[in-house]
Amino acid sequence: MKFNKEIISQSEKTAFQKILSEQSFWVTIALFGICFVMYFVEDAFSSKDNLFNITRNFSFIGIMAIGMTFVIITAGIDLSVGSIMGVTGVICGLFLDAQYLPDWYAKSAFFGVAYVWVAIILALLAGVLVGAINGYLIAYLNLSPFVVTLGMMAIARSLALVVSNNKMFYEFGPKEEIFFEIGGGSIFGVANATWLLIILTIIMGLVLKYTAYGKHVYAVGSNKKAAELSGINTRWIEMSVYMISGLFAAISAVMIVGWMGSVTNALGYTYELRVIAATVIGGANLMGGVGGTFGAFIGAALMETIRNSLLMAGIDPYWQGTFLGLFIVGAVWLEKVKNKKNN
Amino acid sequence: MTVLSLKNIAKNFGAIQAIRDISFNIKESETVGLMGDNGAGKSTLLKIIAGNFNPSSGSIEFENEEVHFQKPIDAREAGIEVVYQDLALCNHLTAAANVFLGREITKGVWPFRFLDYPKMFKKSAELFEELKSETRPKDLVMQMSGGQRQAVAIARTRLTNPKLVLMDEPTAAISVRQVAEVLDLIKRLKDQGIAVLLISHRMPDIFEVCEKLVVLRRGEKVCDKLIKQSSTEEATGLITGAIDRV
Repeated sequence: MKFNKEIISQSEKTAFQKILSEQSFWVTIALFGICFVMYFVEDAFSSKDNLFNITRNFSFIGIMAIGMTFVIITAGIDLSVGSIMGVTGVICGLFLDAQYLPDWYAKSAFFGVAYVWVAIILALLAGVLVGAINGYLIAYLNLSPFVVTLGMMAIARSLALVVSNNKMFYEFGPKEEIFFEIGGGSIFGVANATWLLIILTIIMGLVLKYTAYGKHVYAVGSNKKAAELSGINTRWIEMSVYMISGLFAAISAVMIVGWMGSVTNALGYTYELRVIAATVIGGANLMGGVGGTFGAFIGAALMETIRNSLLMAGIDPYWQGTFLGLFIVGAVWLEKVKNKKNN
Repeated sequence: MTVLSLKNIAKNFGAIQAIRDISFNIKESETVGLMGDNGAGKSTLLKIIAGNFNPSSGSIEFENEEVHFQKPIDAREAGIEVVYQDLALCNHLTAAANVFLGREITKGVWPFRFLDYPKMFKKSAELFEELKSETRPKDLVMQMSGGQRQAVAIARTRLTNPKLVLMDEPTAAISVRQVAEVLDLIKRLKDQGIAVLLISHRMPDIFEVCEKLVVLRRGEKVCDKLIKQSSTEEATGLITGAIDRV
């Protein structure tokens, strides 16, 4: 048999061909296409205020979609992110609006600005904890991700009601401006939430592409048995992605509460749909092994831009759910067509 | 030198006795063919050597020391690598990523410890070259032929310097041309002094690359002799039971 050493040093696809085969690339093109059309059709679309609104609005979904990307790469699903956002947002509100807490806390914590950070950190920890419970049940007790997170969706939403006692929190103490600035402020004309989304997209993208942990996340989604035989701790990898998803839902909750200036137990209601849609539209494959944080970013951006465009075009907002549903189904169908072509 | 020595190995699954009283040795750079009908106990035996199962009784000596593997990773650390029947590769990862799966080369210090792609690409290219396989490290395994996938699976075993490589049906479900490629790969392992235990249903493969033949039937060893002294007719008889034992 003739052996050609040259072949080993080649690559089947050029970098350009690789980019062309990425779904997120085509979604980016679609996004620019829509913006281009809207620029000419609707003057208000490209106004500074509207662009600021669009980018801020998709940031909350985009941040959650980054966490969801990790879960979907492992062939899992997290239906509880909307409820996690609700319960962590309420926890954050409860510790900011200390009047419902025991006196000793309310008195001691109101020194300085510490209580703002205590509230934020507790909310983030709560997100990680809920994610860890999801992950433990899925990875160590081998329960189906769909069922576990569906259950958690109900549990976390009900806990949000329990914690808040169905009250709205809106008095965030003497240093509330700090909290409002974090979630609602902007730097160089771009909302803080958007900056955070950009930073997290880059950091988590690096984690996926350039760390052994990231490779193992893909490996678990691609072939769990192979990953296990290679000595990878697949259970821990599986559990950790739900912790990441919970953490990112909590980060998004803190930001959105800071922006809105109040929180009720309904925060994040049905957000799981939008988050999953953004992730899948961005190219993550529900069968596992495929996906990236840039896809989550651009998927969220596309959805919000389309929503905004439809509103501007004067289409009744009642139709939004229909479009959302069509996008989810359409993205999965696209994936199927693409896989068929590859095989 | 004897690399692996099995002594009276038996394995029960509840009331079912999968294998009983299996003893044989594998020497350095020796290729041993393990044959038997479906359910004869070949895969069970391989899984015991690879650390997937504990034997119910009997002992395993590896390089003249008794070993008790609790998990596959223990066997690997001792110097036993396995190429699994379904290859255990991740389709969505590149050839290089699969070669290094679970043993990635990184640089830097935590939390800035990143994968060293250039090094991994270079090293896997070297391994493919050594195996004389035209496999590109940067290609996804998904797009590869059966022979290339075998090359990836075998290259993984070459990352460390194993003493023994276990192969479970490496030539099943691939084309004739690719079978020749895989047999070449096995010969390369032998050239490097690595012992191979080859499970195969394909008689011609065993007779082409192996020096010793071990046949199992219904969980018992019925043959353990040099290939030179055997024949395909005898092996067929032993597998089917037409010949009781030799």
